Amino acid sequence: MTELRQRGATEKELQHQSSEDKGSETEGRSEREGASDNEAKSDSGIPEVPVSADDTPEVLNKALSGLSSRWKNWWVRGILTLAMISFFFFIIYLGPMVLMMIVLCVQIKCFHEIITIGYSVYHSYDLPWFRTLSWYFLLCVNYFFYGETVTDYFFALVQREDSLRILSKYHRFISFALYLTGFCMFVLSLVKKHYRLQFYMFGWTHVTLLIVVTQSHLIIHNLFEGMIWFIVPISCVICNDIMAYMFGFFFGRTPLIKLSPKKTWEGFIGGFFATVVFGILLSYVMAGYRCFVCPVEFNNDSNRFTVDCEPSELFQLQDYSLPSVLHSVTGWTTVKLYPFQIHSIALSAFASIMGPFGGFFASGFKRAFKIKDFANTIPGHGGIMDRFDCQYLMATFVNVYIASFIRGPNPTKVIQQLLALRPDQQLHIFNSLKAHLTEKGLLPALEAAA
Amino acid sequence: MTELRRRGGGGDPDSTENISDKEADGDDKLCFPGEAEGDTEGDSKADTPDVPPSTDNTPQCLNKALEGLSSRWRNWWVRGILSLTMIIGFFLIIYLGPIMLILVVMGVQIKCFHEIITIGYRVYHSYELPWFRTLSWYFLICVNYFFYGETVADYFALVQREEPLQFLVRYHRFISFALYLAGFCMFVLSLVKKHYRLQFYMFAWTHVTLLIVVTQSHLVIQNLFEGMIWFILPISTVICNDIMAYLFGFFFGKTPLIKLSPKKTWEGFIGGFFATVVFSFLFAYLLSQYQYFVCPVEYNSETNRFAVECDPSNLFVMQEYTLPAAVQNVIRWKTVNLYPFQIHSIALSSFASLIGPFGGFFASGFKRAFKIKDFADTIPGHGGIMDRFDCQYLMATFVHVYIASFIRGPNPSKVLQQLLVLQPEQQLSIFNTLRNHLREKGVLPPAVAEAQ
Repeated sequence: MTELRQRGATEKELQHQSSEDKGSETEGRSEREGASDNEAKSDSGIPEVPVSADDTPEVLNKALSGLSSRWKNWWVRGILTLAMISFFFFIIYLGPMVLMMIVLCVQIKCFHEIITIGYSVYHSYDLPWFRTLSWYFLLCVNYFFYGETVTDYFFALVQREDSLRILSKYHRFISFALYLTGFCMFVLSLVKKHYRLQFYMFGWTHVTLLIVVTQSHLIIHNLFEGMIWFIVPISCVICNDIMAYMFGFFFGRTPLIKLSPKKTWEGFIGGFFATVVFGILLSYVMAGYRCFVCPVEFNNDSNRFTVDCEPSELFQLQDYSLPSVLHSVTGWTTVKLYPFQIHSIALSAFASIMGPFGGFFASGFKRAFKIKDFANTIPGHGGIMDRFDCQYLMATFVNVYIASFIRGPNPTKVIQQLLALRPDQQLHIFNSLKAHLTEKGLLPALEAAA
Repeated sequence: MTELRRRGGGGDPDSTENISDKEADGDDKLCFPGEAEGDTEGDSKADTPDVPPSTDNTPQCLNKALEGLSSRWRNWWVRGILSLTMIIGFFLIIYLGPIMLILVVMGVQIKCFHEIITIGYRVYHSYELPWFRTLSWYFLICVNYFFYGETVADYFALVQREEPLQFLVRYHRFISFALYLAGFCMFVLSLVKKHYRLQFYMFAWTHVTLLIVVTQSHLVIQNLFEGMIWFILPISTVICNDIMAYLFGFFFGKTPLIKLSPKKTWEGFIGGFFATVVFSFLFAYLLSQYQYFVCPVEYNSETNRFAVECDPSNLFVMQEYTLPAAVQNVIRWKTVNLYPFQIHSIALSSFASLIGPFGGFFASGFKRAFKIKDFADTIPGHGGIMDRFDCQYLMATFVHVYIASFIRGPNPSKVLQQLLVLQPEQQLSIFNTLRNHLREKGVLPPAVAEAQ
């Protein structure tokens, strides 16, 4: 329990919550090493990753040269935070294609960061084959996932071009063949003295692919459901980070978990309520606009992405009668809400409760490998992974949530599968469907007789 | 290149790469562990204790029967008898039917998982992290639940009848994810200050093992449901390739194949390839005649049993193929009666012979990397279950991808299930599309003029 420090007093500790490791800055660095020193006995000494150089842009440095080091850090972080948030809104404005590109870039950068850590952990700089193989596997898995997405969503486009059609029909086989090639190259590249290193890097690459690439594709799936399914979850996680920090700063007393000594119960709970409220309000704002609410579709005629549709029931205002308790308090009988706002409560609750576990996982990882940050990409914040560690669990949750509670299967995909069946199977399904629709009264009985 | 040995001479039984591992291990025991073979990571990682030499757990009866023979021949006999036993066991299980097969596959999967995880424990000295055993098994159960749930929902319409099962099916992904998350949170909460890195390693080790072992075993089961022939033929082909490559190598082997497995030779590889293709061609001919092997496994809702009865698909109906002119001159047959499936079997056996060995090399490399002779001691003379199944895994995935790409279309009951979940307007539009399509194909009578 030596790591516990009471919040409030020392401003030195006032750093952004999700990189509390960084909080101990200069003099803290020795404390951290002291704290995590005990692991050094059970794990052999791992070389310390070189101390992160300060790569704040020159312009910021000049502007803030007057302030003391502590406030300077605050300002750097604050400015970068604002810059990132503005950038976020900017790319939303630019539309779905750009968003996809950005997600792809973030994924590649995260992969790169984690693999680089693996290299420094395992001294495997001198295995040149392995860099090639890691990137090759990344390409393969991306090809597989993007191929599945493209086939699902751009069905008509794919059917038009012959080469694309062949690629899509045999997509799994081609992806598997590509992966196998990589696998065989790995086996052929095994060098006598470095077997274990190579297997470790192989395992490391695969786990990283599992985490980073699958999640980024889930994000893109969410995006295609409607940009709101992309924006609201990400905003909720960001909001939770910031709110938990604020609440912790002002009211924090009870430590939350040994792993992240800066997190407190007050911050956690306060952040939870604040995020839920924020989620409800944000959904209210966004649900009014078609461009956020409609599924992203590819218009075959204009060869462009369109976000135009009849908003589904989820995004139409409905009357909800308040329970009598609230009734007496606020004096309203009913309230107009979008059903989506109810769902947003579930999403923000998840972001507040489970999201931090993603952060703890990343903290544990950083402590395990004695690194301060994943990389130095963003001044004041660390690497891209540092910003996105809580997002990953969120992306999977949203995807599972949509699949379970919101969306049915994709109709285009169902038609595609139907047309691939044998005629007798199609007939069987046709009859079942007819019976089902007649039951429901959707088909007039007369037509059913035809 | 000191490890290269020619095949042929030594009567050493086919523990192939295991022998060379043993010799390497022997060297290691003499010097400081971790320094043998220029193990550079010895500095950065905790030392691996040498795995205690495998005890001989040959059953007593065999020992008695083979007392008289010299140690070398005795080893041969033990391996031979066990091989025969395993093959007979294989046929027995096939005879017992699909349910038994599924259970056996599951049993094998659990044992493989256990073997690999145990190796992980030894490598990382992580016996004293009791939480972790629980968590590994918990993750195994979660992933199995997820996969089996998807399979059951696809293949068993019975599930649509029962109410509680309906609920489980509809929210299956959500429930599986929630279960996984619970495990994830428990992992995070179980992180202990001194053991962070160990715990992360074990976490990753568990996940990679799950990825390899559990997904593949489910692909095996999916193949099984396509028809038992898609299960039997690939497995037999891999086994045949093992045996044939060994025999060819034994009699003709001269040129070493790969440094990783010094006992493998090019002669064995190529001879094994041809022998395996011929074997599977003939075996496919034999199996294609029986409905029992050829029909998809279906669950009969009325009798609540598995039924393997159907009209064999085109693949398993004899057809005439005209031989190319070159072959005609040689054999003087114009046409030959073949099952189309036999053509596919050539593809399957080629894969088994050419790429399957890479799975074996991978496992050899793995054993050398962690300085173990065998994965476990389960089968006397052969090592652990993983030792027998290392080549099978790539094969299972290949067969699955092959079926999905070239043979089977989507599963009709799954499509129907998806249809019923759609919105009514979507269902209606699909209904109309399907009706037009079927009318075009002539399966449905053309539209009768509808009275208004």
